[in-house]
Amino acid sequence: MADTPQAIEVNCETGIVTTRDLTADEIAAQAVAAQAAADQKAAAEAEAAKVEADKAAAQAKLAALGLTADEIAALSK
Amino acid sequence: MANPTMTLIASNTVGSGGASSIDFTSIPSTYTDLIIKVSARTTRSLFYDNLTMTFNNISSGYQTLRLTDNQSSGTSSDNLTGLSYFYVGEIDGGNATSNTFSNIEIYVPNYTSNNLKSVSDDNVMENNSSQVYIGLHAHLWNYSGNPAINRITFASDSGSSFVQYSTFTLYGISNS
Repeated sequence: MADTPQAIEVNCETGIVTTRDLTADEIAAQAVAAQAAADQKAAAEAEAAKVEADKAAAQAKLAALGLTADEIAALSK
Repeated sequence: MANPTMTLIASNTVGSGGASSIDFTSIPSTYTDLIIKVSARTTRSLFYDNLTMTFNNISSGYQTLRLTDNQSSGTSSDNLTGLSYFYVGEIDGGNATSNTFSNIEIYVPNYTSNNLKSVSDDNVMENNSSQVYIGLHAHLWNYSGNPAINRITFASDSGSSFVQYSTFTLYGISNS
């Protein structure tokens, strides 16, 4: 991969393809996007972990009430 | 009688240097609709990334309604409004199986009209794992004046680069 991120422009009228280095502003915007994506990933993973934990807790409570594993599984089908 | 045709306008395959964005400019206004076919993968250090698309280098007025299934965590849907770009599908990231790419087809009807622009796409990742996204998206671009589309730009929302051999192909559809 190139050291400096590059943008490719395809001019549909002329067919000319231009490859250029990103500007400092574009690189900065890219870094912001990367941070936002990382934050989104962390939030999604936290949410998924919470759902799994809630699910396990709910299943344990149902089992304590006397439901079989098959009966508990049937609730989510 | 209508005789629809599909014509290649332009295509680009990313070279060994990678690319942060692919920008189709000066799109001719001589067609009825546009189709873009994408085969892509990025360097993001996850198994997936999000492909984004903007029109005319404008970063507002985008809405994306997503129906997505991840084979390991099930189906979900969301309606994203006030976006600075469309989310046009999950694509392979750097942690997906080596040399696998995602496939996306995007349809842009009536791209030269001065009405709101509706767009749809279907997408599927390739990954030899249960972590595979598939999706159907409907989009709306509601921007002041509803300008004709003459430029389409693709990037990833993580800011990661498209890897070599990622390919973006633009077709024009004529209805007569």
